[in-house]
Formats: sequence, structure tokens, C-alpha cells
Amino acid sequence: MTTQPLRTAIRGVHVMNGTEDLGVRTAVLSDGRIEGYDLDGPFDVEVDGSGLVLTNAFIDPHVHLREPGFEVKEDLASGLRAAAAGGFGTVVSMANTDPVIDNPEQVRGLLEKAADIPGARLRPAASLTFGLKGERLTDAAALQEAGAVMLTDDGIPVADSDVMRRACEWAADLGLVVQTHSEDPSLRGAGVMNEGAVSERLGLPGNPREAEAVMVFRDCQIAAMTGARVHIAHVTCRQALDVVRWFKAQGAPVTCEVTPQHLTLTDEALAAFDPMVKVAPPLRTAGDVEALTEAFVAGEVDCIGTDHAPHTLDEKRQDMLSAPFGIANIEVAFPLLVETLVQPGRMTLQALLHRFQHGPADVMGWDAPSLEPGSPADLVLLNLNDARTVEPHTFLSKAKFSPWEGDALHGWPVQTWVGGRSVFERG
Amino acid sequence: MSEPQGSKLIRTLLDFDRFTADDVRAILNTTDVMAQVLERPVKKVPALQGFTVATLFYEDSTRTRLSFERAARAQSADVMTFSKGGSSVSKGESLRDTVATLEALAVDAFVVRHPSAGAAHQVASWTDKAVINAGDGRRAHPTQALLDVATYERSVDAPVEGRKLVIVGDVAHSRVARSNAALWRLLGADVTVCGPPTLMPQHGGLPEGVTVETRLDRALDGAHAVMALRLQQERMHEARFASPAAYAEQYQITEARLAGAQDDVKVLHPGPMNRGVEIDGRLADGPQSLVTQQVAMGLPVRMAVLYHLLVGKGGSA
Repeated sequence: MTTQPLRTAIRGVHVMNGTEDLGVRTAVLSDGRIEGYDLDGPFDVEVDGSGLVLTNAFIDPHVHLREPGFEVKEDLASGLRAAAAGGFGTVVSMANTDPVIDNPEQVRGLLEKAADIPGARLRPAASLTFGLKGERLTDAAALQEAGAVMLTDDGIPVADSDVMRRACEWAADLGLVVQTHSEDPSLRGAGVMNEGAVSERLGLPGNPREAEAVMVFRDCQIAAMTGARVHIAHVTCRQALDVVRWFKAQGAPVTCEVTPQHLTLTDEALAAFDPMVKVAPPLRTAGDVEALTEAFVAGEVDCIGTDHAPHTLDEKRQDMLSAPFGIANIEVAFPLLVETLVQPGRMTLQALLHRFQHGPADVMGWDAPSLEPGSPADLVLLNLNDARTVEPHTFLSKAKFSPWEGDALHGWPVQTWVGGRSVFERG
Repeated sequence: MSEPQGSKLIRTLLDFDRFTADDVRAILNTTDVMAQVLERPVKKVPALQGFTVATLFYEDSTRTRLSFERAARAQSADVMTFSKGGSSVSKGESLRDTVATLEALAVDAFVVRHPSAGAAHQVASWTDKAVINAGDGRRAHPTQALLDVATYERSVDAPVEGRKLVIVGDVAHSRVARSNAALWRLLGADVTVCGPPTLMPQHGGLPEGVTVETRLDRALDGAHAVMALRLQQERMHEARFASPAAYAEQYQITEARLAGAQDDVKVLHPGPMNRGVEIDGRLADGPQSLVTQQVAMGLPVRMAVLYHLLVGKGGSA
């Protein structure tokens, strides 16, 4: 960030986060931090926060920013700005780029480039194996030294269990998080959607829940065996939740996330043969959505990971077999879940904030987000009062289309600060 | 003859989900008329003169493509061919762009064969022209089912209603099986599917009332029609059964195995056949076999389908 952040007052705003509620205050930001509350001026900038909520900017442990190699889908600038528009102050970028982020120079290069972008902070993941091939381990120590915060071959399950074990031994020693895309490759087969009544009706190749559950079991077992912090990406079904729950009860160092799409859509969304909603692991059934919701509300699922996975519209408009997996969602993730879970009273706003703030921070082993004076001024202003329609053409992401187009949602971010600097303001 | 769905023109044949028995009967009646046309010395009528039919084949299938193209030309339609390996399909043009291009060239009907289930549905969502599904993944192949019904009914000179069809083989991956099960059920027939447990559909997925049976002798009991499905090469390399020989030992349709079926049982196969695997070659060539008639029936059936979708009024060709 090149320009000096300004002393900013956000007046008459309800200040709260996933664990604290400070009531209606005037929040003052300076030198990139929260200076305090209800302080005297002068201020360089004053923001009217009446009727709005000010909270810690969100943390996303799972985004695909596509740079380098796939800038036609997304790049660091569009992705980090889109993240800020979604209320995120920090995102963990996946390593499945071209070339793959598997050496320290690439990690440093990403960080240098991201530093100049007015958007969310970038904390890159590095691949667990060279080229995501699942064979040779990357140099975890050097990658961590360069700034990588996670090891993952996300997008591709690590098929070789011994490779997974040895990577976890390194990660345990270094205190790095290992994130896993847990699906058994052979059991998943060529499936493009959940295997079940709907896939059989549609005649599309199915990918059974069991492919996920057996691999989640292996990865949890290896977490328990090695002591590595293993984070299970995008849990989608009851069977996988049961496995994670069991290992957590044993004290295994296991965490898990759920995506906004798996909490809101089912395999019936594919009935119109629209590849827009083709994701991996696949959308499951209403029963799975209910199981995920219960676990998410109860805190058994640690956090939201958006798995923001932008593609071009042309790529997503192919046939169901050829179209790539993934939904770009980072700009709608929070309001979508406010609308789905908070508005109907399934969970409190504070609990939902927790899953976007303390939850992911705990997963990553980072300091808990805080509203105390002196804390980093990574903040977001939310409007919980007014519904606003999802208009993909306004997205800052390059992927300007959405399964939720036209939905009226509450809880949109109005303004986002990172290090006290305003990086997003909704027009 | 009755107009399909309250005289509203049916513009697509993607599967039988939205078809009534009357809709199907209308097409089958027109099929009879088309069959008569094909017996004339001059096997051509002007019914579709001025219409252009495009065949979009993203999977190799010369037989089905030629059958559709012949069906179009026999009614004086113009034909444009897009097939894998030739044209822009191999140049990476998307299905959507290809459809848009052909629409701009004033195509009236699209005949789509594609490895992805739903491809024909996608085409139908992009165009208001007629769309015929000529096979999409394992989902549906409706004209094959129509020609199978037409062939059987002609051979016994009676409707399939109340008769028992047994489909034997790789039902899980077969669009022929799925469309036949749907159509024969729609027309009031009993349907049983049979094969190894690894090739049977799971999680439901077949029309209501279809019986799933893994023991061939039990399945064939009382059968009026037996359809052997082609065992795809790729299945032979998957962990689905011990070997092609082991498969044949349990599931090959032979004359001896038809002992429990009806005396006048008919044998069908969508082709191309693996003789000695799913069907005994002698049976395929024998008097109970309808295999040759099936190929021949493809033509009038596809003529009737094109006619119904493009003109909508049946029968007077």
C-alpha cells in the first residue's frame, strides 16, 4: 500500500464481531490500526455509519486468484479487489496456477505484486508437491520462509498416502497448515455431480459421497498420526462431517470448512444442465445441506472457505462434461449466508461473523481478529437493513455471472478497510 | 390422427419426459406412412422441401448420422453435416458457437449426438429451432427406442401394451436402455432390466415400474421381446466383471436361454453387435432376430420425427 492511510472516523456505527459487541460507537482509525472509540477530531475522513455494522474484515482460507497463467479468469488485482468487495481483508490463494506455486521465488513474486494492489491482503498457499503431481514434496521450510502460509495441492486430491504423510510430518515440524481436497480419485471417477437419484435421472456421471468420506478419514488419520494441522477443504456431506466430528472428539488437529454453495444449493440445481453450478466436490442433496447447516451453526464446521473459483463465461458455457468445476462467489458469500441463515433465524449474525473471522483465523493459527484499540484496521462496514439484488455485471471479479443472479440479499459490505486504508466502497 | 399435446407443435425430441402415449402414437402412425413411401420406386417426397436439417455429431456414429441425413433427404430437406474430426468441431469451436453459426445459416432442425448428457437440452435452450437428441451420454436416445418399438410392433402386428420387454447388459451406461425403458413403459409394456450388479442402475434412475433382475433366467421368464445391449470395450477394462467370457457365460442371449420366454419371443440389438459376447451369432441371424429390421426401421422413424417437429401435422406425405 503506497499511500499513507488517513485518520478516519466512522460515526454512529454498531461495532461488533464474532465474539464482542461494543454497541453503537464512533470508531477511529489511524496509522493502519484501530485508534479507539468516541475520540476527538480532527479527522481526514468521516463516514456515517448509522444503521450499519462495523466489524473485522473477513478471512478466506480458500480462494483461486488464477495468477499466474489463468489471468483470463482472474488475476491478483481483480481477485483481491473482489475479495475486498466481499468484505474480506485477507485471503489464502491456492497454488493450482500455471506455473504451479511450488517454489519460494514464486511465493515472493506473488507477495510483491499483491502489495501494490488496493484490496484484500494476500497470504499465498504453496503446493504440497511439485507441479501438483502428487509425487515429490515441495520445500516446505523455504516456502514458509518466503511467506507461504499453507501447503495444499487443492483441486487435486493427494492420491499417495505416504506422500501425504511425509508432507504432514514437515508441516507439523514447521507449524504449517496442510489443506486437503479430500476425494478418493478412483471412487470419484469421472463424476461431474453428486451420485444419487438426480445424477441417475439426468444420466450424468456421479461422484459418490463415499469418495469424499474415505479420503477425509485418511487425511484425518494422518493428521492424528503426524500432529500436522490438517484443514479439510469444502466438506459437503453428512458422512464426511461424521468423520471430522469423530476425529475432533479424539483431539486430532483437524479443522474443516464449508462453502457458501454447499450450504445453499443442491444437486437439483443441475437439472437444467447448466454447468454454472458444476463444482467439485459436487453439490449434494437437501439432506446434506441440512447436515452441513446444523454442523455450521453448531460450530463443528470451523469456518467458511469460499473456494472462489472464477472461470470465463465461455468456459462455463460448455457441455456438462467439458465445463470446468467452480463458482466465483467471493462477492456474495457473506450476504448469501446472511440471507440463508441469519434472516430466517437459523443462526445469529454474531455466530456467522465468527465463521468469517475467528473461525478461519483459528484454522490458520493466526491472532484472533479483534476490535480492541491497537488492532489492525482491517474492517468492513455491513448493511444488514436493506436488501440488494445480486447483479453480476457489477462484480469486481472477472467472472461476472452467478448462480444467485437476481436474488435479493441482506448484509452487503458497504466499505472495506485494509490497514486503515479504504480499499472498497460500494457505489 | 391426433395432434400432439393439444395441437401445440412439439419442437424438440430430447427424451420422453414430456411426451404422452398419444404423442408417441402419432409419430408411430406417421412412421407407417413413411415406411410406405420407402417402398415406392421413387423413395422421395417433397414434405420438407425448403427446410434445412443440421446433424451435429460430437461422437462417432456413422450409422445414426447417415440414417438421419437420409431421412431428411427422403423428404427433400437440405442437410448440413457437422461431425467430430471434420469442420470446426475439431478446431475447438464451442457447441454454443456452432449452434449460433448454423442458426445464422437458417438451419431449421438440429440433430445432436454428444458424449455429455444434457447437450441436446442445452442446444434446445439456445435455439427455438427443432432439436432432436440423437444420443447424449448415457441419458437418452429416443429415436432408437421409437424404432425398436416400431420394429417389434410390426413384427408381431400388435402393440407393445401388456407385453414384456427384457433389456440385458450394461443398463447403467446405456442411453438405449434408458430410452427404451421409458418408452415401453409409456406405452403400457412391462419392462425388466437384467445384467451384472455392477452394470445395473443405482439410486433409482429408471422409470417407475421397471424391474431390476440380476438372474437372466428369472428375467427372461415370459418375455415377449429381449434386447441385448452392446458391451462397450471400455467396460471390459474396468472392474465390472471377471472377463468377457465370464460375462457371456451368465448373460449372453442364446436360443437355449430363451426357453422360458414366450414362444414368439423376438430378439433385438441396437448394434453394432459383439457376436459371441452379449448375443449368440446364430440367434442374431435366426428367425427370432429383428436386428436387420431395426436398422431399416431407423429411416421411417427418423423421417416421421423430422416431419412432426418441422411440420407438425402427421400422415399425409
